[in-house]
Amino acid sequence: MKICITSSGETVESMLDPRFGRCSYFVVADLESGEHTVIPNEAGVSGGGAGISSGQLMVEKGVEAIVTGNVGPNAMNVLKAAGISIYRGKTESVKENIENYKAGKLEKITETVPSHFGMGNRS
Amino acid sequence: MKIAVLSGKGGTGKTTVSASLSATIKPSQYVDCDVEEPNGYIFLKPDIKHSIPVNVEIPCVDESICTSCGACAKACQFHALAVIKNKVILFPEICHHCGACYIACKPGAMTASERTIGVIEMNDDQTFAQGKLNIGEPVAVPVIKKLKEYLRTDIPVILDCSPGASCTVVQSLEGCDFCLLVTEPTPFGLHDLKIAVSLVKKLGFPFGIVINKALENNSLIQDYCKEEGIEILLKIPYLKEIAKNYSGGTLPVQNNKEWAARFIELYDKIKERVLQ
Repeated sequence: MKICITSSGETVESMLDPRFGRCSYFVVADLESGEHTVIPNEAGVSGGGAGISSGQLMVEKGVEAIVTGNVGPNAMNVLKAAGISIYRGKTESVKENIENYKAGKLEKITETVPSHFGMGNRS
Repeated sequence: MKIAVLSGKGGTGKTTVSASLSATIKPSQYVDCDVEEPNGYIFLKPDIKHSIPVNVEIPCVDESICTSCGACAKACQFHALAVIKNKVILFPEICHHCGACYIACKPGAMTASERTIGVIEMNDDQTFAQGKLNIGEPVAVPVIKKLKEYLRTDIPVILDCSPGASCTVVQSLEGCDFCLLVTEPTPFGLHDLKIAVSLVKKLGFPFGIVINKALENNSLIQDYCKEEGIEILLKIPYLKEIAKNYSGGTLPVQNNKEWAARFIELYDKIKERVLQ
């Protein structure tokens, strides 16, 4: 099973990025093989629809669960339609979040934050 | 003649200036292009008789033809489409109606449907026109485009633009003869004025400046204008009386001959510049 953690840096030692659509990097971890790939988030700087394209990317990468901080309304729609579960990560490293996910310690997110929440309230 | 009133910074007095110009020059048409929050009607008190919906075209997917190849979502520069589990999901508010998805869809599964995003309102003789974007809608340009179809060609037109220097302002400026930049003597006013100046310069419009809330002992804007060789067409002083009337819905030119004369003078200066 593949899970994705939103990351502020390029390694598993980097801290979790609490934004989903506009996070800096996605770390896609394969729980069976223990391998991971890092994908820079091109949508992070896009004008709009960042949550939608990030959600689409998760579908393309075959991700089944996401560990992040907050998810906006559009991203939530995409992820729900795709049946991808969302978990609230902690402000720790990506690695620790993977371990916490495996241990079943993370809480599931079902509610969204308002649009553009991760942009410092700029609308 | 079409005069666009813009500012960069919000709250500098675009509506004060544009509504005052319109109230002084008779007949003239006042057009509120600040469609996210039109407010000129508060001062001009028009009798709205016409209400025309603004519709935009959005894509609609024929699922019997769609192969869920994902080409539409890839073509969309605004990320308004996603293809999930063999199903196309459209986010209509984000759609900019560019039509790229229709072209990208090889099987031809995209058809057009309509959605209302705002309204154009006018009085009987169309001396007043305003666009209103529906609450929650993020894309204002189609409303301004539609509003500009109703510009009068036989009398002077004053366009009250939205703050900033983005697409909505560019759309409002298109085809105008003169840009009137309203600013205030504050660091923010100057900062955003510079952005507005570079916009109108880039678009090649003749322009001049009105300093609102002008102070005797503050030459922030004058210094900048002197340096850049920009003409200051009018100064409106920072006066309690003007602010008090404004908050009661009365413009400086209403019931005040002195101010009415100053706005006529402003209009004459603009005319002279345009006819040069």
